[in-house]
Amino acid sequence: MPTDGMPLRERFTQGLDAPICLTWELTYACNLACVHCLSSSGRRDPMELTAAEARHIVDELADMKVFYVNIGGGEPMLRPDFFDLVGYAVDKKVGVKFSTNGTRLTAERARRLAKMDYVDVQVSIDGALASTNDSVRGEGSFAAARTAMDNLAAADFGQFKISVVVTRENVTQLDQFSAIAESYGAQLRLTRFRPSGRGVETWERLHPTAEQQRMLYHWLLERPDVLTGDSFFHLSALGAPLDGLNLCGAGRVVCLIDPVGDVYACPFVIDKEFLAGNVRGDGGFAAVWRQSDLFRSLREPQSAGACASCGSYDACQGGCMAAKFFTGLPLDGPDPECVFGHGEDALAARDAAAHPGAAVGHSKVDRHGTPIPVPTPVRFRTRALA
Amino acid sequence: MSVTDERVEAPAADFDPDRAWRVHPQVALRDESFGALAYHYGTRRLLFLKSRALVDLVSALDRFENATAAIEALVPEGERAQYTRALARLAKSEVIDAH
Repeated sequence: MPTDGMPLRERFTQGLDAPICLTWELTYACNLACVHCLSSSGRRDPMELTAAEARHIVDELADMKVFYVNIGGGEPMLRPDFFDLVGYAVDKKVGVKFSTNGTRLTAERARRLAKMDYVDVQVSIDGALASTNDSVRGEGSFAAARTAMDNLAAADFGQFKISVVVTRENVTQLDQFSAIAESYGAQLRLTRFRPSGRGVETWERLHPTAEQQRMLYHWLLERPDVLTGDSFFHLSALGAPLDGLNLCGAGRVVCLIDPVGDVYACPFVIDKEFLAGNVRGDGGFAAVWRQSDLFRSLREPQSAGACASCGSYDACQGGCMAAKFFTGLPLDGPDPECVFGHGEDALAARDAAAHPGAAVGHSKVDRHGTPIPVPTPVRFRTRALA
Repeated sequence: MSVTDERVEAPAADFDPDRAWRVHPQVALRDESFGALAYHYGTRRLLFLKSRALVDLVSALDRFENATAAIEALVPEGERAQYTRALARLAKSEVIDAH
């Protein structure tokens, strides 16, 4: 095709007038306490955006022609205006993909979702067996997620997604995840475990080993139908690139809006260093996206730093900013999970004092303000399904 | 980060330029400096139209009796074959449909 010469990836690197899609965490409230929660969710923030403010964001996204939003949390279905907001977005042609732990996805709500266009549902599990899943997401959470999947299937929702964060413990169950997805006619979606939020504390223990990552890369190459949200692009340094854009889109083509309206460059770095502004400010979200100093600087050419001499830099672009930041590595150096082991060397050499440490965030705390150990056993509200 | 779950490219397929074509009713185009982004709300696929001239052609399709007429009116002679191939790719991925 005739173009004016610049490769598309470079165009994206310089940023677009509006994001292609964005992540919107609707609430920090959550009835689970997953050990890898990247937003350290648990307690609702009292400053949470009101229903009117949330609708105003949808108006802005529609004006900017953002095709869809990835809604998460916390558990987004805990927001009382959840269905109103989803309906409002869809009516404005802003598609909704939302992630849920499934605990509130009753048969009645599944039927309601099945009637809506442009809504995708992702039910999260982090183990193909209850034992593997519940050690990360809390006791009873696997059964709850399966019930939600059953409800979606019974409601003829169509093709929903099953979302899995790949860990050292569940990476051996990839074929079993595929089988579960197949049994529902669902799509499997695997994403990378980032050391964000409560994951800062558990990443060392739970992130896949180097050998497991190589296995995962080959598994994914053979299964282009498995969705990844482009999250494993650091593995593309192993050879043929994985499907997707294979670049870090933080502040360039994606960003995150959190429950209080703060806008961050990346869905996986809720940290003041990557805070670009707030939608409650003058000019709303569009002004933050187009004018914030942080986003402008991210759209400048980035230094390859310590990776400049590596022949695979073009393939992996130095990996994931979030993974580097939360493991205390310099942003212009190798990813902690660099497939050539440069990350492990960097981790061994890092200045421990520079490690940002775990954010308590919105984790549930006891009356002394101490975070409650996770995963916390949860009791689910049960409901007759007859 | 997570740009998108959608597939980026689609292979060329049979495309009949003598039929009338239009932007698929479930597709939204968003102008960009490089051309346009196209999102299909039905297949949930994101695609890229990599030149302004292609965006203009695609947007104008429904004003012509068939795709050949649109190409002849809007594309210089030496470039028509590649634009026909581009339309074939867009037909395969349902960015445009025959009507």
